[in-house]
Amino acid sequence: MRKKELKLVVTFHTTADAMAMEQACGEKKVPGRLIPVPRSISAGCGLAWCAPLDARENILEVMKEKAIEEEALHECMV
Amino acid sequence: MIYLDNAATTLHKPEAVKRAVLEAMDTLGNAGRGASEPALGASRMIYQARELLAEFFHAENANCIVFTANSTESLNIAIKGLFSEGDHVITTVLEHNSVLRPLYECRGQGCGLTILGCDEKGNISYEELEAAVREDTKAVVCTHASNLTGNMIDLKRVGEITRRKGLLFVVDASQTAGVYPIDVQKLGIDVLCFTGHKSLLGPQGTGGMYVRPGVRIRPLLSGGSGVDTYNKAHPSVMPTALEAGTLNGHGIAGFKAAVEYITETGMDTIRDRELALMRRFYEGVRQIPSVAVYGDFDTDHRSPIVSLNIGEYDSSEVSDELNVSYGIVTRPGAHCAPLMHQALGTVGQGAVRFSFSHYNTEEEVDSAIKAIKELTE
Repeated sequence: MRKKELKLVVTFHTTADAMAMEQACGEKKVPGRLIPVPRSISAGCGLAWCAPLDARENILEVMKEKAIEEEALHECMV
Repeated sequence: MIYLDNAATTLHKPEAVKRAVLEAMDTLGNAGRGASEPALGASRMIYQARELLAEFFHAENANCIVFTANSTESLNIAIKGLFSEGDHVITTVLEHNSVLRPLYECRGQGCGLTILGCDEKGNISYEELEAAVREDTKAVVCTHASNLTGNMIDLKRVGEITRRKGLLFVVDASQTAGVYPIDVQKLGIDVLCFTGHKSLLGPQGTGGMYVRPGVRIRPLLSGGSGVDTYNKAHPSVMPTALEAGTLNGHGIAGFKAAVEYITETGMDTIRDRELALMRRFYEGVRQIPSVAVYGDFDTDHRSPIVSLNIGEYDSSEVSDELNVSYGIVTRPGAHCAPLMHQALGTVGQGAVRFSFSHYNTEEEVDSAIKAIKELTE
């Protein structure tokens, strides 16, 4: 298995929001990718945006600009 | 074959639609179910389709767009999910059974229902509509265009009334989406129901609805959502709230390609073409002795439909003769529009409906006129 690193993980209420996030980050060249929600955060399925910790400000900016509502923001080993 | 049954479903689809469905079947997984490339590919495509439709109907954002199998499903979700015992709803005789039957069910469960009549040309009165509003009225549910006569309801006028009276406005755009621009925000529409396979030129089994932010609809279905698995209740956040189960990703890929085609071709270009074909046909048949044409042709602000009868002939007989002897495809019978037929006095006879696509040609229209002439001789 790949060695885990501490990452920023954003969860969403719906898959549509996760897709909006991927699109917005792609447009703004904000790093990260969609991953299955880690079990340490929630056992309930779904997609999360996983990014380096130092991208937090850029990510929050993109979410504000595109009115994407997060379910929660986590820092966890992924 | 000359296909003139485009109000039932458009037979000729853009090549890009077929290609998109095939490509989707080769590549796409289940949207919202995991983060593998096939699953993400499906999620991305569906999200793009949501955005495209939001733009197409001038919705506030992509989450206002819900995918369903067709208008009937959208209308059932809207009508059964919005109204409760004690609510009064106004509708019209122009409606299809996909509006009427869910409303009759609501009436059976204690809702009040007023069905507005029409004049001899098949048009409603907006003054009557306003006068039908009561203290307990919750909504107006109406079609944008009759699937029998092609007559349109002026959504701007109805929207002004519903806004002024604080009512919900639910619209069935089955016969107009893709042909007439619909700006849900400008028109004050709360729920817009559309199907993908008619004038939107997509595959059958695709459709959807726009739901204005803040409008709460009780879901018709609950089940798999791809999120929040251990919650006993289906998620209440839109659009997931109204999309239980795997979406028709392959179909939606085709639907998306169809909307892109319409945008590229130009809705005005498509509509002008269809209305010109409709007008050519109407002018060709209206003066044939014993032909009765239904609907209001004083205006070209209508859906490209011409319904007619020949003398006292059963519409099924005429349609069958057109099919067998001339290879012309039309739709006879009642068209799931019982109240419109009652209003026109055609319950027993039905009507033969000719409906046009921009893919039809003048030659096809002229052949249909010639066939009608021969059948009346």
